[in-house]
Amino acid sequence: MRGAKSAKWVTGAIVVAMAATACGGDKSDSGSGLTDGKVDPNGTLVVQTSEPQNPLQPANAKESQGHRVLKSLFSGLVTYEPGTGKIKNINAESVTSSDAKHWTVKLKPGWKFHNGEPVTAKSYVDSWNWSANTKNNQINSQWFSDIEGYDDVHPAEGDPKSDKMSGLKVVSDTEFTIALKSKVSYFNYKLGYSVWYPLPDAFFKNPKEYGQKPVGNGPYKFESWDHNDKIVVKRFDGYQGPDKAKNGGITFKNYTTADAAYNDLRSNNLDWIEQIPDTSLTNYKQDLGDRAITNEYSAIQDVAFAFYTDQWKSIDPKVLTGLSMAIDRDTITKTTLHGSRVPATSFVAKGVIGYQANSCGEACTFNPEKAKQYIKDGGGVPGNKISIQYNADQPHKTWVDAVCNSIRKSTGIECVGDSKPNFKADLDQREKKQVKSMYRSGWVLDYPVNANFLRDLYGSKADGNQGAYENKEFDELAAKADQANTLDETVKLYQEAEKTLAKKLPVIPLWYYATNAGQSTKVYGKMPYGQDGDPILTDVQVKQK
Amino acid sequence: MGRYVARRLLQMIPVFIGTTLLIFLMVHVLPGDPIKALWGDKAADPAQVAVLRHKFGLDLPLWQQYTNYMADLFQGKFGETFGGRQVSDLMAESFPVTIRLALVAFVIEVVLGITLGVFAGLKAGKAVDTAVLIFTLLVISVPVFVLGYIFQTVFATELGWVTPSVQDSEDFTQLILPGAVLGSLSLAYVARLTRTTISENVRSDYMRTALAKGLPRRRIVGVHLLRNSLIPVVTFLGTDIGALMGGAIVTEGIFNVQGIGQQLYRAVSQGEGTTTVGIVTVLVIVFLFTSLIVDLLYAVLDPRIRYA
Repeated sequence: MRGAKSAKWVTGAIVVAMAATACGGDKSDSGSGLTDGKVDPNGTLVVQTSEPQNPLQPANAKESQGHRVLKSLFSGLVTYEPGTGKIKNINAESVTSSDAKHWTVKLKPGWKFHNGEPVTAKSYVDSWNWSANTKNNQINSQWFSDIEGYDDVHPAEGDPKSDKMSGLKVVSDTEFTIALKSKVSYFNYKLGYSVWYPLPDAFFKNPKEYGQKPVGNGPYKFESWDHNDKIVVKRFDGYQGPDKAKNGGITFKNYTTADAAYNDLRSNNLDWIEQIPDTSLTNYKQDLGDRAITNEYSAIQDVAFAFYTDQWKSIDPKVLTGLSMAIDRDTITKTTLHGSRVPATSFVAKGVIGYQANSCGEACTFNPEKAKQYIKDGGGVPGNKISIQYNADQPHKTWVDAVCNSIRKSTGIECVGDSKPNFKADLDQREKKQVKSMYRSGWVLDYPVNANFLRDLYGSKADGNQGAYENKEFDELAAKADQANTLDETVKLYQEAEKTLAKKLPVIPLWYYATNAGQSTKVYGKMPYGQDGDPILTDVQVKQK
Repeated sequence: MGRYVARRLLQMIPVFIGTTLLIFLMVHVLPGDPIKALWGDKAADPAQVAVLRHKFGLDLPLWQQYTNYMADLFQGKFGETFGGRQVSDLMAESFPVTIRLALVAFVIEVVLGITLGVFAGLKAGKAVDTAVLIFTLLVISVPVFVLGYIFQTVFATELGWVTPSVQDSEDFTQLILPGAVLGSLSLAYVARLTRTTISENVRSDYMRTALAKGLPRRRIVGVHLLRNSLIPVVTFLGTDIGALMGGAIVTEGIFNVQGIGQQLYRAVSQGEGTTTVGIVTVLVIVFLFTSLIVDLLYAVLDPRIRYA
């Protein structure tokens, strides 16, 4: 039924608008042009989410759902320009440093929290001290680890020695300084993340209760939270920032399955779906016409080698290059993944400062002949069989099978998917270093600087390096980059470091992520997206009814 | 009677302890560290992991975790979710929704199921009977989720009578569609059970006697026949209440009903032992009580059944 109906929409937006009137009664697809009608500045939106895992406290959202709500309620010091990744001041007048170690933050005066309290330097310092403290169980507390005195509030073991980090000093109501443990030339770039939001005095009296009814300083004001159902926020008219809301408010509505959300989107009960369900990927573009959204964002999917296994322990890098070349990324992204991914040519995702196309070079181009040759030259794959570990609770099976097929066809090496029931089990194997051969790995940006994709993943001692990859050259360059005084220097040195990865692959880069989403007929114009793959909700406009 | 009830209630204690222990063990056996999984793809923070494990008592040996849990439970405390919410609050929000959904399903299955069964049973072998048999066979053989998607496509997407998913889980009228899907399988069983016993009993001696006495047909079918025929049906319905509440997981997912099924699914997939055990414990209690009520109902339906 859906297929037959879908065919009508292929010809695009204008036909959709005309056809809609022709088939009355068909409520679901009656769309009109994206910019027909007038904008209602007070119109409200309903967007998809799921229940935030934790109370709504700035440093407590690791999942995108809680993060999305927090982002509407709070404004940080800086944010990123979509597309370029450059930072732009929001609550900050300036964030400066002369040596990359000592930073001075000046705030714009006159800002207020939704409860009337002024936003001061103290609001930031108190917030960060509280969030970094192990006692307060904030999932993202490690973000503060650059700051001097972090180990006092967040010791590796035992109780915190202090509840203040020595590196934070309030100078005046609108100025504070940050002393870091060592140089971090891109520290101001980190400040765009939600952990760095300020908190009003009222918060500290009862953080737990406050987490249920957050009071922020952002473009929207908290209205209500019906657990497991919805969170409602309204535009805050006293907002001082440059990113004022262009709509009246947002309802974050809880959906447990993507299919239910998609059905609601088609009948206009929902205005934005975060991800089209797999079952509808083949036909959503026909269903939604120009309301379908495909948006690339800064994240990458890799397959990583477990270098601690006998198979890869003393492998010739040529073999790894060969395996990588055996994968037909173009065809897989187009067919198996329905164009929802973009073939990767480097280790850093697009849209990130320092991104260099083709840093992976030859290794990321499909060439079965050369692949075979490389593997042969390198002495072959021990056991002539590889496996790719993945978690079966997310839709990875199809592409893992496709990658395996591609390797098998090109090189004759046996390749199988090694599925773990869920993400926890998958992580468990990785952590205990029990991966048999290779594993699925991926990275979504934290902040748009190439160091984020390289430093945390491929350094010999990096937390994210779960495959026991070691590359002395890379380590040296990364260490130098970390010691640089300016962002430009850091970025450049990391670009050099990235080039060393192409010689001895730590992972096989597969593709960059894109979201397949959709919007309802109530949204005016196309929804603007940020680099993290989330829409910029303050900029979304709603049509007049 | 009183002694019988008391004995039954006492029997619940070992059942209760046994089930909670089993679930506790099963949750524990699930692979992976639920605390570390809170960090997702990124590396977990070891110091914070240690603090959280300690907070939730996950650093203790399993037997101690279990005894602590039971001790809390007897004080009426269900513990906390990883997100810091009380499990009892969580259940207080979701159970009413699922109970409502189960109630809608239950009413549909009782009314429709028994009516269909009686008609089919009285007309055994006739066209009505065959139609009911074919209909119920169809319902039994189609999996619930398929039925759910069919109903959703037909009634919501195509006909537009309702919204595809439940917009307000508090609203009874919106629960009719998911309720019908949820109750459909049991409806088929109820209809078939009723049909069989009715068609058997309709030929029994007491029916002939009642007929000979010249009683009105309504009274013969309504009181004499139905009362005797309903015993197996009531047994089924009793155990079905528990099954409906547990079985709501699939239906709730399709229609986005924010009930206990969704909570249970979330808790299991996130490895939240306290939430999982808490919800299942309540479900076990529901099962135990409904089966007790069913047993007591026997005596009402058939006075020959007596309890010491």
